[in-house]
Amino acid sequence: MKKRFVLTFPPEATYKPITYEVIKKYNVKINIIKARVDSGEIGYLLVELDAAQSRIRQVLEYLQENQVSYQPLEKEVIFRQEACIHCGSCVGVCFAGALVMDPETRQLEFDSGKCIVCELCTEACPLGLFEIQFGGE
Amino acid sequence: MIPVKKTIAEINARIGAGRSVVLTAEEVTRLAETTSPREIARKVDVVTTGTFAPMCSSGAFLNFGHADPPIRMERITLNDVPAYAGLAAVDTYIGATETASGNLHYGGAHVIESLVRGEDVRLKASAKGTDCYPRREIETTINKININEAYMFNPRNAYQNYPAVMNTSSKTLHTYMGVLLPKLGNINYSTSGELSPLLNDPELRTIGIGTRVFLCGAQGYVAWQGTQFCTGNPRNPAGIPSRNSATLALIANLKEMNLDFIKAAYFTGYGVSLFVGIGIPIPVLDEEMARFVSVGNRDIETEIFDFGTPGHPSIGRTNYAALQSGEIVFRRKKIRTASMSSLLKARQIAGILKQWIERGVFLLTEPVSTFAPNPALQRLEIRGTQ
Repeated sequence: MKKRFVLTFPPEATYKPITYEVIKKYNVKINIIKARVDSGEIGYLLVELDAAQSRIRQVLEYLQENQVSYQPLEKEVIFRQEACIHCGSCVGVCFAGALVMDPETRQLEFDSGKCIVCELCTEACPLGLFEIQFGGE
Repeated sequence: MIPVKKTIAEINARIGAGRSVVLTAEEVTRLAETTSPREIARKVDVVTTGTFAPMCSSGAFLNFGHADPPIRMERITLNDVPAYAGLAAVDTYIGATETASGNLHYGGAHVIESLVRGEDVRLKASAKGTDCYPRREIETTINKININEAYMFNPRNAYQNYPAVMNTSSKTLHTYMGVLLPKLGNINYSTSGELSPLLNDPELRTIGIGTRVFLCGAQGYVAWQGTQFCTGNPRNPAGIPSRNSATLALIANLKEMNLDFIKAAYFTGYGVSLFVGIGIPIPVLDEEMARFVSVGNRDIETEIFDFGTPGHPSIGRTNYAALQSGEIVFRRKKIRTASMSSLLKARQIAGILKQWIERGVFLLTEPVSTFAPNPALQRLEIRGTQ
């Protein structure tokens, strides 16, 4: 299963190769979706863990032991695509690259797998077609 | 060589005979890569253009018909959106950007869209009551079938070019040109580039009062020059002004409009606006017109205005090939681009107009009058009241 978490690294943990350890020890696939890590400062990683539920639990325990706190990402962007007029107002603010214009057809495409739920599209769409859904698993 | 010359009457005769050659502005630009302006002028009769973008200066005149006893309406709302009541008894003008009391996300544009959709709209009006119009209040529903006239009249549409916009300040701006991220985080623009109507006839040789156009799916007309009409801006070698220049006032029957080409919008932090679909046919009368319609995105330049600085100064220049590619390089930084205007819809409009002309259901018009040049716009100065 795939689950997304925001990991918060205290300054002392940003020196450790924790992501490497997690991959090596627990054999999980980690997709780093967004990162802000600077030595000596609090770091943030938005990751998607792809593994069995029990394995993911082990990873989270390991992270806690290493002072890395985690927050499951329980929001998602709902896009009412059928009403889209393909203006493209949203693509300039989508740094994750989840919203892109097809260069040939000029149709807007939304890849929810790339979405990091930054929510900027909800303000950028003049038709209000993006909504944030809370809940998650 | 004898110059190629055609008249609109000759082109209409070919349209009537089902022999007209019509291309969209994108198609003719591709053709021009291998064909001379002279050949294009000989082969092609009409080039169709299109744009679908938010155009705030839009609205509709409505006449409700008289009630019994009648009322001379002095305050009017439609779905709680105030409409202008300073006309004769049951005439009104509903402006696209007017907002409902208590709901800033809903406005005149939404009322207009509802009318096009055929939905009922709640009309409330009040008056002081007169001997000839004794009624003082009325509340009822109207729709496009049960009112006399409903015609869109847009004082300023189809801007000839529009600056792209960025934000050099350190905070996010919410504007009619969309969300502008701080420190040059993105660049927004709002033109369909080589498909844009007034970029294909940059001197407005063939477009004037009375020109028949596609307006939101209906056949409409150019009523007048648009407000803030300006012809004095600098032009590039292709003859294209580098910033917002000519505009058109357009009119068409709202009852005949198509929902695919009109859409109410709300810009966060700015307000309500209306996406308007416009297509204008450009007759290829001679080689000069052939050159004009062949202009490509690379040759259509636009200035970049900084909305993060008071007065919105120009901070650079780019072109529509770069803007439509999704990313431009500005001050040695790659910057994501976004359009406020739908190129997909603009293509559909140019395509429909092409079909109408090919089928002979849309004939070209000779302008009743072309527009006088206007070298510069007036500024609104703050003057003393003495």
